[in-house]
Amino acid sequence: MPVNEPTTSYFEIVKREDYSDVTYMLEVSHPLMARAAKPGQFVIVMSHEDGERIPLTIADFDAQKGTVTLVIQAVGKTTREMQQTCQVGTRLYGLVGPMGIPSSLSHATKVLCVGGGLGVAPVYPQARGFKELGAKVIGVLGFRNKDLVFWEDKFKSVCDELILCTDDGSVGIKGMVTDGIKLALERHPDIDEAVAIGPPVMMKASAETTRPFGVKTMVSLNPIMVDGTGMCGGCRVKVGEQVKFACVDGPDFDGHLVDFDDLMVRLRRYKEEENAAMKRFEESCRMRDFMVTDAEVREAITTQMGEA
Amino acid sequence: MAKKRTVRTIPQERTAVRELDPVVRGTNFEEVNCGYNEKEALLESERCLFCPDPKCIAGCPVNINIPAFIEKLGQKDYRGAYDVITASNLLPSVCGRVCPQENQCEGVCVVGESLEPVAIGRLERFIGDRAIAEGWVNIPAIEPAPYKVGIVGSGPAGMACAADMAKAGCDVTVFEAFHEPGGVLRYGIPEFRLPNSVIDAEISNLKKLGVRFECNTLVGRLFTIEQMIEEMGYQAVFIGTGAGYPSMLNIPGDSLNGVLSANELLTRCNLMRARDFPKVDTPLPLGRKVAVVGAGNTAMDALRVCLRLGAEKVYCIYRRTKAEAPARAEEIHHAEQEGIEFHWLTNPVEVLGDDTGNVRGMRCVRMELGEPDSSGRRRPVPIEDSEFDFETDQVVYAIGTNANPIIGQTSNLGLNKWGYIQCDDSLATSLAGVFAGGDIVTGAATVIEAMGAGRRAARAMKSYLGLRDDDALESPGTLFGIDLREHNYARVRIA
Ligand SMILES: Cc1cc2nc3c(=O)[nH]c(=O)nc-3n(C[C@H](O)[C@H](O)[C@H](O)COP(=O)(O)OP(=O)(O)OC[C@H]3O[C@@H](n4cnc5c(N)ncnc54)[C@H](O)[C@@H]3O)c2cc1C
Ligand code: SF4
Ligand code: FES
Repeated sequence: MPVNEPTTSYFEIVKREDYSDVTYMLEVSHPLMARAAKPGQFVIVMSHEDGERIPLTIADFDAQKGTVTLVIQAVGKTTREMQQTCQVGTRLYGLVGPMGIPSSLSHATKVLCVGGGLGVAPVYPQARGFKELGAKVIGVLGFRNKDLVFWEDKFKSVCDELILCTDDGSVGIKGMVTDGIKLALERHPDIDEAVAIGPPVMMKASAETTRPFGVKTMVSLNPIMVDGTGMCGGCRVKVGEQVKFACVDGPDFDGHLVDFDDLMVRLRRYKEEENAAMKRFEESCRMRDFMVTDAEVREAITTQMGEA
Repeated sequence: MAKKRTVRTIPQERTAVRELDPVVRGTNFEEVNCGYNEKEALLESERCLFCPDPKCIAGCPVNINIPAFIEKLGQKDYRGAYDVITASNLLPSVCGRVCPQENQCEGVCVVGESLEPVAIGRLERFIGDRAIAEGWVNIPAIEPAPYKVGIVGSGPAGMACAADMAKAGCDVTVFEAFHEPGGVLRYGIPEFRLPNSVIDAEISNLKKLGVRFECNTLVGRLFTIEQMIEEMGYQAVFIGTGAGYPSMLNIPGDSLNGVLSANELLTRCNLMRARDFPKVDTPLPLGRKVAVVGAGNTAMDALRVCLRLGAEKVYCIYRRTKAEAPARAEEIHHAEQEGIEFHWLTNPVEVLGDDTGNVRGMRCVRMELGEPDSSGRRRPVPIEDSEFDFETDQVVYAIGTNANPIIGQTSNLGLNKWGYIQCDDSLATSLAGVFAGGDIVTGAATVIEAMGAGRRAARAMKSYLGLRDDDALESPGTLFGIDLREHNYARVRIA
């Protein structure tokens, strides 16, 4: 790299797409990170000075363009606020990464890549990585319905077979990702590894589905994090008999060893505070809407008066 | 004939320092120790005997010329005193506040043999604060050297190394993973002990020396140590990434909600300002009855933060006695004043949960002191059938840390068996041009030791780069491998 190039590029958002009213994609400029990122890694984002540090899996990276892509579901206060404030041309206050141990793209010859909900985007770099290593890739993606489907093309370009699952059957098979997994495993008994990313319940169910088939299943855990550098222990998870810090020992672990119930309990840790923050946020949004209307009314009145 | 010496009487009593009222301060994050004013500092400076063979200097990990600075202080030459201190210590305002002086300079001060020792720390802080108020910085005439130096981690070790290398003319960049620099000083030590304004002042002094700070940069993952040397044009690198990785007790109930490490508690409260939640977004739900396990500085900080955040009861659980507690004496004293309940000789055996996964209590066992262990401290052993339960809804572990694994995972640096970076005496690592110091080499220690290590590494770095080192001229330490302080060392005359 050229000497004296700044290491951080002030995290400008260069592209944004909205996949549904809760899912949005941000492409952020960070040339160095775009070069360093590997499948399975994540970043920690701070959207503004008073914001939280939230972990987000890197959904894609482009060394040529110097950007990393984040796909975000607006579920809590921070992600909903970002949905409003993160527009093209704005900057994130903080962005650090790539964090975590990259996924070990093994020498598997046929791999099952499963993504559900907020896990669809993060499983993409793994699917692409396996493809690049010459493996056959079978994709299974779960969405609620046809309208929420995104990145179908991207996945098609790296998957040898893609199975879509929707709750209502509006596209692909009707059912959960676990139904898709079963279908894939029955059709392809030679699958030698699986990767499943999504909400903890979905990863748990996926791991339970592959267990009887004896297919090693890696999952990417998303506990509450603060620093992401192994310094606080907030992200600790139970894997087999051991306690691991997901941010530095993971985020990928063997899904057949992870204690998902423990993870789910720990994810509820700040539920009360989150709900309170969310409520306040919604109220302040309503207030703002109200204020806007108020200002618009006033503006309308002034224009009228001017015209008169 | 020996020179006649006038006998001088010194003030017998150590000059008291003003402190905030324990009841009032328990509700806010204002600094507890108000520091000396000029009058108090001058009075205290009279207590120094200006010993011909000052013990205090040897007691100081960075060998500040203590009597010299106290003498200047006594002559109201505060700038002169500042120059004396900063010849050895970059951060007088910080160290005056957080050094365990009772184990260092003040612990060996001659006055302390019969009276209370000279309050060296408070005098140091007085000078440091005066320097900040007056905007003094010692920026030497820096002759640019054609070297790029990278510093990983912005704690005291990194800051000290950065300062020395900048003074030697190098182009210095400090990389920090967090969004703000300062290391433990920023995220760990709370404002009532070390205000952020002090850290900001020290950082801005470094910037005046030409040091650049790049936050949000996780070295190892964004680029590796090897890449810094091989591709990014850094001729030398210093690693001061701290200890991190908090230990858990490994008892049943560890993973219950409501059990967290002191590091998490303190980071949320200090760095992320969760105490202002919901004005800021980071939450820190606090229990009504909090138990903190451990009795080091980290534990004291956690205890007192919980109190200030509004906990009704705050218990300190420690398996040895107060005499063995590793925290600074002043912090334990302050914690006691503020109403923290100390339970010495008590060891947790289980954290008890309710059916929703939250902490509801803790089971402990009483201990007694047995035979001394390898550390020389008497080993605590459980007293049979002394288990008891008590109610608590939050448990904070402050029982030490392990080595942070990131640099080890991402480089070929030699590590010791505990995962800390392996260094020789000059703090050079197994990679040429790469030096390390502070908690990532020694395990959790102190601010002043980390700072001293940063300076020691800077010295080695300068000789590695072939830069003239004025500091080395002052105290060569060893000559041809002979320790100059060795008993029968005699200078050999050549020719
Ligand atoms: C709560 C608490 C209270 C304490 N109180 C006292 C006290 O009163 N007196 C005393 O003397 N000592 C005290 N200590 C100990 C003292 O703070 C430490 O010994 C000292 O800060 C160590 O300095 P350091 O520079 O080695 O590391 P740190 O201060 O830990 O700084 C390391 C920095 O490196 C950053 N970093 C880590 N990994 C990377 C990476 N890969 N890339 C980029 N940056 C990275 C970290 O984010 C951090 O900012 C206390 C410690 C704690 C936790
Ligand atoms: S040992 Fe005490 S009295 Fe002697 S010089 Fe040091 S501070 Fe002064
Ligand atoms: S997020 Fe703090 S240790 Fe993992």
